[in-house]
Amino acid sequence: MKQPNSQPTAALLLRETASQTAGPYVHIGLALDVAGLPERDEEIWNRMARPEAEGEHIEVVGTVIDGNGDLVRDALLEAWQADARGEYRPEFDLEQPFNGFGRTATTAEGASEWRLETVKPGAVTRGDGRVMAPHINLAIFARGVNIQLQTRLYFEDEAEANAACPVLNAVESPARRQTLIARREEVDGRVRYRFDIRLQGEGETVFFDF
Amino acid sequence: MQNDNKRFVERDRDWHPPAYAPGYKTSVARSPSQSLVSLQTPSASELTGPDFRRLRMGRYDNDLLMNFREDPALAGSAGLPAGERIMMFGRVVDQFGKPVPHTLVEMWQANAGGRYRHKKDGYLAPLDPNFGGVGRCLTDEQGWYRFRTVKPGPYPWPNDVNSWRPAHIHVSVMGPAISTRLITQMYFEGDPLIPLCPIVQTLRDPEAVETMTGRLDMARSRPMDCLAYRFDLVVRGELQTYFENQ
Ligand SMILES: [Fe+3]
Repeated sequence: MKQPNSQPTAALLLRETASQTAGPYVHIGLALDVAGLPERDEEIWNRMARPEAEGEHIEVVGTVIDGNGDLVRDALLEAWQADARGEYRPEFDLEQPFNGFGRTATTAEGASEWRLETVKPGAVTRGDGRVMAPHINLAIFARGVNIQLQTRLYFEDEAEANAACPVLNAVESPARRQTLIARREEVDGRVRYRFDIRLQGEGETVFFDF
Repeated sequence: MQNDNKRFVERDRDWHPPAYAPGYKTSVARSPSQSLVSLQTPSASELTGPDFRRLRMGRYDNDLLMNFREDPALAGSAGLPAGERIMMFGRVVDQFGKPVPHTLVEMWQANAGGRYRHKKDGYLAPLDPNFGGVGRCLTDEQGWYRFRTVKPGPYPWPNDVNSWRPAHIHVSVMGPAISTRLITQMYFEGDPLIPLCPIVQTLRDPEAVETMTGRLDMARSRPMDCLAYRFDLVVRGELQTYFENQ
């Protein structure tokens, strides 16, 4: 059996509980409305910013596509992002104007788009002092996905910041880096970014380990 | 530069199921073919995560015997779900054994007949008018959580010609950061379907299956009421690096 990690204290560590797929009915637990269940008083969902939240209000939409080019219609996504000033705010409270955490899902019918209502995050400075371009962390859970896939959404109109971002630059292939860039659209005067996630094959989205 | 003097024990990707596990057929087209890109320098993007202490929980959010009833007029045992009453409880700790307090634990499951209350589940077994199948709670100061529910039934699913899921409860835990986020399933000790299940078999190490097995705890079972199953969740350990960043 392979030794856990390469860390010297590994033998003294408890093993992490193993992951299992969230399965086709993940919505029952984490997206009650999608499952057809009555919602509770407070649910964690896709409206991360209320109108009074500070920053540029944006909508983020996309699809999830499998290795056959087919829509993944049962995916659940989780978003985690900094606020407009580039600060992560852990306190989740539906009473406050902005929450950095949100959930969304693709749909069984129609275009199967997931959607978030949020504000554009500010740039975040890393511990080594380097500045990461504005981004939203996304985790994808679904039937057939044995452990969540972790990616980052960056913004097309932040070209300069993107070019200097140490995380984007950790992706060696410039073509693959492009899979992390959301495209800006304006729809009825509102700013919308489109970010389609390809799980496998041509145009496969970059997924991270951390 | 919040929290950047923190790190988590590296996630052992050989311990978790691989993305591509052909015995579980749906994983074949949903697994990346490229390698994951490793982030060498952790940042607040991974080292922080939501704190749900202020998410208001309903009175019965962790009590699946009570939190769903098609006919609210039903009282007493007429309003209770069918099946074996159980308590599912445990502790959320990190890999150093340190309790994880005030973290969100969510769960969902099929009813006693193996049927989910989900638009897409068309299994023959009937819905239970008194069972929804969803629960959530926050761990206490010492990392303990608890749910009251019924034991879910096994159910068939299209994979091999005759694949059945062992009885299981889906469990989701946040932990202190995005890095510790985990979704798993609790199986029931002694279930003969566990070793036959293609989803369980995505794990290569039988010891990893042990980490997903709930154990009968007679001491905490309630006489004339319900059996108790203990299921501890272990999330990635938090390391302090003790170095000042310049
Ligand atoms: Fe299931």
